[in-house]
Amino acid sequence: MGITLTDYLGVAAILFTLGIFGIFLNRKNVIVILMSIELILLAVNINFVAFSHFLGDLVGQIFTLFVLTVAAAEAAIGLAIVVVFFRNRGTIEVEEINQMKG
Amino acid sequence: MIVQEIVFYLLAAVLVASAIMVISLRNPVHSVLFLILAFFNAAGLFLLAGAEFLAMVLVVVYVGAVAVLFLFVVMLLDVDLTKIREGFLRYLPTGAAVGIVMLIELFAVVFRNWQFGAGEPAALAAKAPDPSVMSNTEALGRLIYTDYAYLFQIAGLVLLVAMIGAILLTLRSREGVRRQSIAKQLGRNKAKSVELHKIPSGGGI
Repeated sequence: MGITLTDYLGVAAILFTLGIFGIFLNRKNVIVILMSIELILLAVNINFVAFSHFLGDLVGQIFTLFVLTVAAAEAAIGLAIVVVFFRNRGTIEVEEINQMKG
Repeated sequence: MIVQEIVFYLLAAVLVASAIMVISLRNPVHSVLFLILAFFNAAGLFLLAGAEFLAMVLVVVYVGAVAVLFLFVVMLLDVDLTKIREGFLRYLPTGAAVGIVMLIELFAVVFRNWQFGAGEPAALAAKAPDPSVMSNTEALGRLIYTDYAYLFQIAGLVLLVAMIGAILLTLRSREGVRRQSIAKQLGRNKAKSVELHKIPSGGGI
């Protein structure tokens, strides 16, 4: 029967859910939250590539390229913010980040 | 065909397992290493789907740059591991509930017999050429540099802004660092830097 579109979509769905789950599970650690976001974006990319492959259309792969670009930029900026926050406060706990609370 | 299936399920299983390890391990360094493993397996899945260029980009960009960036930051910050896991069990029920509901919903959408409509071949924006005619990389390049040239430029701008932002955020001017100031050195003259004292004989300074 071969590999079908459903197989790819199933893997991507599991990966997406794991990413969401990781955000809930690691409420204290910003770095692992960023990694969970990377997992979510990876799941989205797998969906794009799978549809692109089974549809025979290259646009999905081009969109994946742009998603990768934005994900890399997001990781760089996010980690820079984490570094600055750690330098100022000495912790990266998400619950400690409440300076701007009104 | 059966080989492809075995490879697919192997890659998918390792991908999911390493994703579980990423979110559940105690040590962030181990999480990053499993994230690298997950990206490698995703690159394998991309290869199976015929997206060779994206597979290589995934390995180069993610394993080569992003994962190493994560690794640097994790090792740079002196994170207290015992404190960071305190809320782990507290948020487990909520997270599990949300995750299970979401998984059921996603599976309800995914696991049905997907078929493309009858008007599909005419609706394609950019039909993928046969691999024997043109490689995946060449086909993508032909699209990116023609139809999607503006988007490509914008992607470059996004990366530039991200780079400037990251540098600007982490840049700090330290106090008390002795730096060489060439302008100051060149601005010296004899009147400012040489003093002549008349010292009386036997008197000392």
